[in-house]
Amino acid sequence: MLLEVRDLQVEFRTRDGVAKAVNGVSYGVDAGETLAVLGESGSGKSVTAQAVMGILDIPPGRITGGEILFQGRDLLKLKEDERRKVRGAEMAMIFQDALSSLNPVLSVGDQLGEMFVVHRGMSKKDARAKAVDLMERVRIPAARERVKDYPHQFSGGMRQRIMIAMALALEPALIIADEPTTALDVTVQAQVMDLLAELQREYNMGLILITHDLGVVADVADKIAVMYAGRIVESAPVHDIYKVPAHPYTKGLLESIPRLDQKGQELYAIKGLPPNLMNIPPGCAFNPRCPLAQDVCRTDEPPLHEVDENRRSACHFWRECMNG
Amino acid sequence: MAEAILQVSGLVKHYPLTQGILFKKQVGAVKAVDGVDFELARGETLGIVGESGCGKSTVAKMLVNLEKPTAGEIRYKGDDIGKLSGKALRSVRRNIQMVFQDPYTSLNPRMTVGDIIGEPYEIHPEVAPKGDRRQKVQELLDVVGLNPEYINRYPHQFSGGQRQRIGIARGLALRPEIIVADEPVSALDVSVQAQVINLMDRLQSEFELSYIFIAHDLSIVRHISDRVGVMYLGRIVETGKDAEIYDHATHPYTQALLSAVPVPDPEARERRERIILAGDVPSPTNIPSGCRFRTRCWKAQERCALEVPLLAVPAEFRDVSGPAAHDSACHFAEETVVVPAEETDADGNGNGNGPG
Repeated sequence: MLLEVRDLQVEFRTRDGVAKAVNGVSYGVDAGETLAVLGESGSGKSVTAQAVMGILDIPPGRITGGEILFQGRDLLKLKEDERRKVRGAEMAMIFQDALSSLNPVLSVGDQLGEMFVVHRGMSKKDARAKAVDLMERVRIPAARERVKDYPHQFSGGMRQRIMIAMALALEPALIIADEPTTALDVTVQAQVMDLLAELQREYNMGLILITHDLGVVADVADKIAVMYAGRIVESAPVHDIYKVPAHPYTKGLLESIPRLDQKGQELYAIKGLPPNLMNIPPGCAFNPRCPLAQDVCRTDEPPLHEVDENRRSACHFWRECMNG
Repeated sequence: MAEAILQVSGLVKHYPLTQGILFKKQVGAVKAVDGVDFELARGETLGIVGESGCGKSTVAKMLVNLEKPTAGEIRYKGDDIGKLSGKALRSVRRNIQMVFQDPYTSLNPRMTVGDIIGEPYEIHPEVAPKGDRRQKVQELLDVVGLNPEYINRYPHQFSGGQRQRIGIARGLALRPEIIVADEPVSALDVSVQAQVINLMDRLQSEFELSYIFIAHDLSIVRHISDRVGVMYLGRIVETGKDAEIYDHATHPYTQALLSAVPVPDPEARERRERIILAGDVPSPTNIPSGCRFRTRCWKAQERCALEVPLLAVPAEFRDVSGPAAHDSACHFAEETVVVPAEETDADGNGNGNGPG
């Protein structure tokens, strides 16, 4: 396994108390594989990724437990200077908002080239040539002329391509893409996802795709981990989960989205709101919103039950959920 | 169609681009909206979809008279709202209310919920006399599914979905006939979107509202709309009933847009044919000649650069009846099924137009 996260726990200390953002998350990705981490805002999906990348704000954040095994090494045990060598070179991240992730006062060529200067010790001139090369690879038209342009001179889709180019620069083994297309229009979103999938195949990279969009997941993922209140509530191969969800939260999400190919009547709506992370309900965190909740759900936290070989569900009543 | 309560014709909004400080001269214009026509019937929902920059929000602003059109007219029950003033304009505005996209910035953080929802009554005191207002606001809170006791709370004490309910309650306060909703759910989490959409559905039948529902999410628009208009660079390029647009699209842009939407069904991955458009939307300061979509269109020919296609039933479909015969602004309109239905059915090309 390329990356394996085991029982990761992250909390944030704030003035109002401790927010438990990640509560025992485990997942893994292989080379060439795409794992989609699905969840709403506040589910802990981005915080987990930041912990993997080592870009968590500490403090207020704190990793209180778990292991992050990358190519066999536990990243949490590395010193910061060793960690820096991994970051960017062996794993890279693509952020949602390209405009605020790129430096507005440096040309894109400088920003792309910087990777090679810092990590590979190249001269500025060689780095510039590499930058043009990368921009061509992510299909930015007239790359040679545009390499001197600044981020604001590019459209949203083009900026996201530059983010992808930057992530690919050092040919990492793993890419984490945090909502890479959320800020883009659908036609551009399709272009960018396509490009990302193609490059992933070409370089045989592992890809962790963090998203809230069930449609994007269905299009590109091999397997899914659904997160709720800092835990994985269901993990499964992509085809299984859409056919028969094994957790009431996943089921609710799937039923609550309107579909392009169906005109339904009233939408199913999950009642209530996601919990406050400073005050996660006892038992199963989803119990106040769950149609299947029983007394046991309010007292006992459900373990990750093995549904089948590749499938897990953190629901006491996963059988009932799957049967209707 | 039932009686039209809103008629929009030839609506244009150009923002001038000027150069120079003392002697400003106009060097161009951002053609945000460049000739839009539609009608809205009582009790109907018209969905307007398009990508960012296509002018859909500018249309919304003109409908509620927040922006003055450069040309064209908006008729509410026959009266051109651009020509009204004073009392008459106030009464039109009372009847066309807006729900905004971002529930975080569209509510004043220093006002209580009661003041926010009750503020429309300050401007239109005839709707509710002073003594009744508090009770009216509490009723509205109840209608949108919030606890009436929350009347003295501030917006930050509510979640995004609850705030959008407050925004909707404010829109309803004056008992309008038309609500213009500009991306009302796009800032919300998936599980909360459904709650708000269901609420809007329910309110529509309860208060006999007509909606203009503006969004970039095609699935949501289909769910809520009776008719749909697809906008591109300031114009409507295709319009029709929801099934006509979604199952029998004839404009290449609509087809590309539909095929680009990810469907939450991994089985559909193989079944679907995807059209991936090249490039970006051209700048609205420099709209291509002829058909404005031609720079990204795979069917474009010489004719497309010369002649502007009109929004009408294309010649190929004029003599056939059926869902393909709806307005589409394309010289080479043809029907293709881009979103396969649940089970593959064979009615895709049943209108004598050959294989798509």
